[in-house]
Amino acid sequence: MRPFSYAAPATLAEAVTALAESGPGTKILAGGTTLYDLMKLDIEAPPAVVDIHRLAEIAAVDTTRPGEFSFGAGARMADVADDPVVRRDFPALAESLAKAASQQLRNMATVGGNLLQRTRCGYFRGGPVFPCNKREPGSGCSALGGLDRGHALFGGGDACVATYPGDWAIALLAFDAVVDVIGPRGARTVAIADLHVEPGDTPQREHTLAGDELIVRIRVPVTPSGRGSTYHKIRDRESYAFALVSVAAGVAFDDRGVVEDCRIALGGVATRPWRAPAAERVMIGERLTEATARRAGEVAFAGARPGTGNAFKIELGVRAVADALRIAGERAVR
Amino acid sequence: MTAIVRGSGGNPANAADEDVCLALGSMGSSESTISSAVRTETTFTVNGRSVRVELDPRESLLDVLRERLGLTGTKKGCDHGQCGACTVHLDGRRIVSCLTPAVQVNGQAVTTIEGVADPDGTLHPLQEAFIDNDALQCGYCTPGQVMSGLACIAEGHAGSDDEIREYLSGNLCRCGAYAGILAAVRETARRPNSPSSEG
Repeated sequence: MRPFSYAAPATLAEAVTALAESGPGTKILAGGTTLYDLMKLDIEAPPAVVDIHRLAEIAAVDTTRPGEFSFGAGARMADVADDPVVRRDFPALAESLAKAASQQLRNMATVGGNLLQRTRCGYFRGGPVFPCNKREPGSGCSALGGLDRGHALFGGGDACVATYPGDWAIALLAFDAVVDVIGPRGARTVAIADLHVEPGDTPQREHTLAGDELIVRIRVPVTPSGRGSTYHKIRDRESYAFALVSVAAGVAFDDRGVVEDCRIALGGVATRPWRAPAAERVMIGERLTEATARRAGEVAFAGARPGTGNAFKIELGVRAVADALRIAGERAVR
Repeated sequence: MTAIVRGSGGNPANAADEDVCLALGSMGSSESTISSAVRTETTFTVNGRSVRVELDPRESLLDVLRERLGLTGTKKGCDHGQCGACTVHLDGRRIVSCLTPAVQVNGQAVTTIEGVADPDGTLHPLQEAFIDNDALQCGYCTPGQVMSGLACIAEGHAGSDDEIREYLSGNLCRCGAYAGILAAVRETARRPNSPSSEG
């Protein structure tokens, strides 16, 4: 690991100042489960680290205000996953955290840092022996024509097909969450939908935050479709694995039992969190049946562009969408 | 009184009730390598004992426990947060010490496998249950399994076999002693004084 300077500001204001005064390449350290891991692999090599993991100001979870849940960026994944109000009123959010990582990692990792975790592409993590445009721009992409079983069906291109690995951002995207950000140029709010970017020609750029900007909280509108929701995650093993395919789904019915709101977002299959609006529209105005749910799944995966070893995720994904809608529908208030 | 321990030779277990201060320890890296980084003084407790260490911020809690404090019960498996062998408790919550920069635990309380048994050597009931249920073969993952199992019970996540399996999934056992580990945690969780047995 390369040497780095370490600062642990005591307040949010001090953290903003430290980031403003820091040089290029400075990284924000929170739970450390991604950044420190990649520093050990020499894939991240920041000259300076600003540690925010114990800033109490940004760790509060508030589920008491009407219409909106607020999660401080420094809250631990385990605490939000176990929050009884979140579990009851917004199961997709709680499940997306509970089905990620292990309890040890969930006790460390923050819900803000989680959003910016980096891909698990083996070529990216494997180091300089493998060309990787994300790690070394211009060097090529080993996954194109390589072992791409885990790689993206959506949002990839000639430069990169690495999958966004997270779960929490998928659930947040389905329910129109926003993140509040602070930096030397002031505060701003970014929709989750605008936080992550497709690789395009610059796969090293994964999100729209500046290096000196810090996520302070995540806010999610509370909706009936949040109550009738699930995070359905398909993995190679039943626990403690990244998603082959995951689906955040939410459903709300009108008093005739017809779907009036539907949310579908996909994980494990795209270069960024992936919303499926056309599939949502399939369900609106329909009854939730095996047939309509299956059709929504087919529409969600209609634009999939598989590589050599990941086409199996299309049928798997279609069925995962259908199953997620069924689970969500069973939870919805009728 | 403060005992000054240099390098790797100091074992807090031998230092009676004194605080242990490690100045300029050098295990795992050459002096020339680490001299380029600014050292950060870090104070925390390990198994109730206060420790003060001058740290290179690159050092993991796992390496500090093993190489500088001589507490080799905590094991290094993958060193990347994937196997759970290095599980310890930080302020009562289980974490993986390999992905914890040691500078981050300043002011906090670390509990390792060495702090689980009674000082007189009497094993914790979960440790006894591991023996009774053949919950280990090679034993390398066992300290992490025990630390994780203790936390699983304390969190109230040992209510059913499925729940125990889910909440211990972060601890791999390549010998495949899972059936015994499950039985040991289940048995201990159901003891009268265990948090999971309440209600």
